Amino acid sequence: MPNAPLLELENLSTHYVSAQGTRVVRAVDDVSLRIHAGETLGIVGESGSGKSTLALTIMRVLPPAARIVSGRMMFEGEDLLQKSDEEMQKVRGRRMAMILQDPMASLNPLFTIGNQVGESIRAHEGASRATAWNRARELLKAVRIPSPETRVRQYPHEMSGGMRQRIVGAIGISCEPRLLIADEPTTSLDLTIQAQYLKLLRDLQQAHGLALIFITHNLGIVAKMCDQLAVMYAGRVVESGPVSRIFNAPAHPYTEALLNSIPRMSDDRQRLTAIDGQPPDLSRLPPGCSFAPRCTRAFDQCFQAAPPATVSEEGRTARCWLAAPALGATAETVLHREAV
Amino acid sequence: MSTSAEILTLPSRPSRFAFIRGLRLSGFPLIPTVILVGIAFVAVFANQLAPHNPEVGSLAARFKPPFWETGGSMKYLLGTDQLGRDVLSRLIFGARVSMVVGITAVLFAGIVGTTLGIISGYLGGWVDQLIMRLTDTWLALPALTFAIFLAAIAGPSMWNIVIILGITYWTRYARVIRGEVLSLKEREFVRLAIVAGCSKWTIMRRHILPNVINSAVVLGTLMLGVVIITEATLSFLGVGVPPPQPAWGLMLSDGKQSLMVGRWWLTIFPGCCIMLMVLSANILGDWLRVKLDPQLRQL
Repeated sequence: MPNAPLLELENLSTHYVSAQGTRVVRAVDDVSLRIHAGETLGIVGESGSGKSTLALTIMRVLPPAARIVSGRMMFEGEDLLQKSDEEMQKVRGRRMAMILQDPMASLNPLFTIGNQVGESIRAHEGASRATAWNRARELLKAVRIPSPETRVRQYPHEMSGGMRQRIVGAIGISCEPRLLIADEPTTSLDLTIQAQYLKLLRDLQQAHGLALIFITHNLGIVAKMCDQLAVMYAGRVVESGPVSRIFNAPAHPYTEALLNSIPRMSDDRQRLTAIDGQPPDLSRLPPGCSFAPRCTRAFDQCFQAAPPATVSEEGRTARCWLAAPALGATAETVLHREAV
Repeated sequence: MSTSAEILTLPSRPSRFAFIRGLRLSGFPLIPTVILVGIAFVAVFANQLAPHNPEVGSLAARFKPPFWETGGSMKYLLGTDQLGRDVLSRLIFGARVSMVVGITAVLFAGIVGTTLGIISGYLGGWVDQLIMRLTDTWLALPALTFAIFLAAIAGPSMWNIVIILGITYWTRYARVIRGEVLSLKEREFVRLAIVAGCSKWTIMRRHILPNVINSAVVLGTLMLGVVIITEATLSFLGVGVPPPQPAWGLMLSDGKQSLMVGRWWLTIFPGCCIMLMVLSANILGDWLRVKLDPQLRQL
């Protein structure tokens, strides 16, 4: 594994500020993550835990009400937060690309597939219409669209959902980006198509050596697809590290609860395990750990102070007062970062 | 998924003009379309169709009635006016004035209004505020009075009228188009274009504009009637198309004194022409609006 990460987020915070400035929603709060080339990072969490905002922050395509209030985003050695909008525009699509939540609606109904797949190439590389068209055809072949010659001339309404999905994938990789962010790309697909698509993403990733950030709430997909995992809760990364380690021994009670709530065929339990309570209001976070009110193991300290990130030597982190023993063999090397 | 099976199930490509078949479905306003096409035809071939010069009359033949009245002749089918000019010829050339003024003014207003509407809606922020406050101010002015005011400043000429009507009516486009853009810019394909690194201008040109053209066309058809009426009104009031040129509104104005003494043909014929053209444009515009609006079509 190369030492310099492709993308490194340090203490990144994005807040939504209401028009009067009276309400501040901490959608992404003090997030530090890193991803290396060729790796897949899964980001899981409940709805509203800040996953999508994090993705939009990385691409810097936030809605006007959002502010990136602090942190650094190092991408290929450059801080993306220092870049002007024009410079960011050159990064988007070319060096990092994104697949949106609803790929079914991601295609403009008025243009042919070839036109749209080639758009990015024409925008970034100044390619001619004909070159872009040829590239589009190759890309359709790459995402396994049958008879690309015909398909490239067709309109989005002539495609099935799975095909449109793959076309959106083709647009994503059209300029051979280093990083691809997929924001719940499979939620609108049925299971067989989902499996096909995930396999395709994996293959593309291996073929192009790209880093993949996979945002989902499906832990099954994470187990299959990802090398690294970050669990988000109330805008914070409560636990991160290699997928297999986290699945075997979760260090944060929230991760543990999430893993326990996956229904299994072998279970003889009659009821599904749920996590009691509601996620907190992001504009009025409790003073201590934001998961404490729902945590079965919470004690006094949890309600008074938010736990700092505990980092183990092998790269696992957890934001829990009880994390140190769970992080295992390297517990003695635990370092405390400055508290928030 | 086998490739051969896929090819077999591919539907044959529908023709580029398949939408015309779709449009024909119900209630196509045939008569208004025929009237508009007829007026357009007359306007284009006015030189060939008109029996006389519309701007030169013979004073010996003043106030001739239409041919079926006593004193009328087949030489002047619809009679002559106070200067002995053939009414039919003037109506034919008047169609040209109405068509040219109507279509170019609608295009002018449409291009200005659509551009500003897209910019306002897509960019938002202070640009949006500026353009929309300007539109509000504009809409608060009484359109006709404003047009008369402008016409009085600019002086009478056909092309001045086109520009004046464009300046008066662009706000309607700006409003409607901005509303469309506001919902359009939240659509997923616009977001995809943003994350694919397209510039704002590319997105407006490639993703927003083609999707609002429908609305602009419908609005344009509906505006055609308004613009023609306004042109006729301005000409009637003497600040429109200058006198030797044959405009329908001008003919109405010229004929109004002799209406009381029974020379009805000087006002009835141009009045009917204006009414037919405006009515046709409105009916066609209404039909197009229903046809091109998917929400109304589903009902």
